[in-house]
Amino acid sequence: MEFPTQSSPYLPPRNDVGRLMLTVILALIPGALCLMWFFGWGILFNLVIATATAVAGEALVLRLRHRPVRRTLMDGSAVLTGLLLGLALPPLAPWWIPVVGALFAIVVAKHLYGGLGYNPFNPAMVGFVVLIVSFPLQMTQWSAPAGMGQESLSFTETFRMTMLETLPADTPVDTVTMATPLDRAKSDLSQDLTWTEIQSNPLFGSFGGRGWQWINVAFLLGGLILLQQRAIAWQIPAGMLGALFLISLFFYIGDSDSFASPAFHLFSGASMLGAFFIATDPISAATTPRGRLYFGAGIGVLIYIIRTWGGYPDGVAFGVLLMNMAAPTIDYYTRPRVFGHAKSDE
Amino acid sequence: MAKPEPADLPLPDAPCRVSLLKTPAQFPGGVDLDARKAQSLQEPIRIARVPGRLYVPLSQHIGEPTQALVSVGDKVLKGQQIARSLSYISAPVHAPTSGTVSDVGSYPVPHTAGLSADCIVIDSDGEDRMADTGLRLAAVLDADPAEIRQRVRDAGIVGLGGAGFPTSVKVNPGPGRNIDLLIINAAECEPYISCDEALICARPQDVIDGIHIIRHAVHARQVVIGIEDNMPNAIRCLQQALSDTDDHDISVITVPGRYPAGGEKQLIYALTGLEVPSQGLPIDIGIVCHNVGTTAAVARALMHGEPLISRIVTVSGAGIKRPGNLEVRIGTPIAELIEQCGGYTENVARLVMGGPMMGFSLPSDQLPIIKTSNCILATTWEETPPPPPAVECIRCGKCAEVCPAVLLPQQLYWHARARDFDKIQDYDLFDCIECGCCAYVCPSHLPLVQYYRFAKTEIWNLEREREQADIARQRHEFRQHRLEREKQELEARRAKAKKALRPKQGDADAKQAEIAAALERVKAKKAAQTQPPANTDNLTPEQQAKIAEADRRRQSQRSEP
Repeated sequence: MEFPTQSSPYLPPRNDVGRLMLTVILALIPGALCLMWFFGWGILFNLVIATATAVAGEALVLRLRHRPVRRTLMDGSAVLTGLLLGLALPPLAPWWIPVVGALFAIVVAKHLYGGLGYNPFNPAMVGFVVLIVSFPLQMTQWSAPAGMGQESLSFTETFRMTMLETLPADTPVDTVTMATPLDRAKSDLSQDLTWTEIQSNPLFGSFGGRGWQWINVAFLLGGLILLQQRAIAWQIPAGMLGALFLISLFFYIGDSDSFASPAFHLFSGASMLGAFFIATDPISAATTPRGRLYFGAGIGVLIYIIRTWGGYPDGVAFGVLLMNMAAPTIDYYTRPRVFGHAKSDE
Repeated sequence: MAKPEPADLPLPDAPCRVSLLKTPAQFPGGVDLDARKAQSLQEPIRIARVPGRLYVPLSQHIGEPTQALVSVGDKVLKGQQIARSLSYISAPVHAPTSGTVSDVGSYPVPHTAGLSADCIVIDSDGEDRMADTGLRLAAVLDADPAEIRQRVRDAGIVGLGGAGFPTSVKVNPGPGRNIDLLIINAAECEPYISCDEALICARPQDVIDGIHIIRHAVHARQVVIGIEDNMPNAIRCLQQALSDTDDHDISVITVPGRYPAGGEKQLIYALTGLEVPSQGLPIDIGIVCHNVGTTAAVARALMHGEPLISRIVTVSGAGIKRPGNLEVRIGTPIAELIEQCGGYTENVARLVMGGPMMGFSLPSDQLPIIKTSNCILATTWEETPPPPPAVECIRCGKCAEVCPAVLLPQQLYWHARARDFDKIQDYDLFDCIECGCCAYVCPSHLPLVQYYRFAKTEIWNLEREREQADIARQRHEFRQHRLEREKQELEARRAKAKKALRPKQGDADAKQAEIAAALERVKAKKAAQTQPPANTDNLTPEQQAKIAEADRRRQSQRSEP
């Protein structure tokens, strides 16, 4: 009797890229819901538009590159890129903001470098940085978090704002937008207000900013699910959050009036989303166990530097992209000692 | 059999380098696999029928192939040596049954690349008459270790765990090398395979006799049987047999059942915490490792006079109607074996020799069982599905987490794909043991091991080419050198011959001629000196005057002091 031959191993593979991406997508749900709860329908529009554009862009480029379209889309990576970008955008941004960002992320940052597995930079963060550098005004259109006593827009009002960039006649823009705690902290600190004074503002909630602290808790929860599912390596979030904690603690202890507290840094802005969902994109991250720790720590330090002394309120995107650049070098110098090799080999 | 007294062993004075860990260490990496051994352990070992025709390959081991000692038409007896080894790392081959040699030639054999190789084909006469092999050694535990080694070699014993390294080499530590620890590998870590467990349960005495013989042959200071904790029956059988023989110097240590715990380096690490040096052998750290099946084969040969002509084979998988362990004559076609296991089920899909992680798929069942065939798997597509389409590596690093060699399989893959063979060796490709853990956990479904095998083969080919080129260049250079030398020798001989030919009467004439020539030269020199310098021949009166003036100045300067 004749049989087909194939190289071993023969057992069915234990993991699958599509399943991995799906796990990550599902783990985003708590954070995304929380974000929507505090910032309204605009978040949903951003997610839908960014994801649809990312998928459409991926399909188009795959077609042009004569690659299998349906099967590749099933790996879920384009959906994830769209979602991550959508989660990073301000809720009152016009529709073309997620479109431009997602297209740049998929077409330029991903496929011009060879597609899945070849992009040296995190596509969602490239898209985000393009937007924040090119359209700074639109990228600050954050609404006030729920519970601040400000007017919130209804579904249709938000839809009109997103699609037509028009607000109801009696509502000036200033009444619906508000600086994020990170933004506010930066400007207040620069005006020599003490951290205690700044924190008395209701915008700052109890530890990480109203709304933002719970959003971060929700993303942390999703991140813990990812760790439990072994979908991500623990080193990157541990390195990033650990470094962010230590460096903010260092400055906070040194001068607790001029520097924000570690709790604020950890639970504000995109800290948790960045640590568990963005920095952990394996393609553009470091790949050795020790290297991942350094990679994460580098991002944590960069985030602190950018938030504290840089020109932007948050630094996750820049931190991730800068460390993406360093990833190959980190990998080269952090190769583990191979079994049976002398200990001094390193 | 008398129990050897460890005190009898001539222990060298060197300090013992190896000590056993109190609790086994966990080797790096590895994966937890479903053992799937129960299906082949339902019945005791069955004795497989001797087939009408056996195909006995000349090369069933690591090392040099053997040379056939028989030709077509020869009558052979069971156990008679039919092929001899020509080099140290080799193992002779014996007739698995009595009969007639019907052919010596190339037949398909079980091989990763599906090649054919030279086989001796024996038509059984059905009598199964045993030859007098002369392998039995009286009072084997008092025998000279060199004699034991020779008998082990004559018995054609190779490592039965799968690699097939000649055992005679491994029972010869060589002068000045102490064996501090003898490890008997009973950790059958690959799913399905249960031939060692079946052997331990059925013939524990053979295993222990073999251990005693090997311990004596290598002067091992300590002996340990390493076994996986998921083999409770085998552990019980071994402990029972050890207490029956009243042997308390052999310990049975269980290691966690995690693939590849049965890998030599992994088992050594688990038991001792020591790492076999890269590119080195266990003996470099004072350890030698033998498979349990091998020890039983040694006992069968030296105590019962049986060379290695049969082995226990696990036949398993959902593609087999009646799985089990069978004692099979070497050379039995797999198809015959399958038939004795009730044949294939309807949905059989693959035929694999070895386990599902490190085995290789066979193109056909018309191939013989050889010394290293520990398992024949006939699986369905549900058990071993066709690989899903591969996507690009996403560098998730899951492969690195499970690699027992602590390599970075994702980087190896990258460089193998780019055919960057320098770089891939820089990432220690040759420390890869091809266990398949990386491919098993790869979410991109990349056939990683295939890439590494490809890279290794390419590198070996390049090295061979380079070696051949080096040899060719050396030969060319030597030829040039030789031609040059011959030319010089020829010329020297010619010159000598010419000199010899030159007549003696010319001596005086030659002297005369030389004197004349010397005189001529002196004359010519003088003539040259008397002639005025050529560039002062046609000078104008002014120039003449200047020269005269200069001469005068020179004269006056010379006379001044």
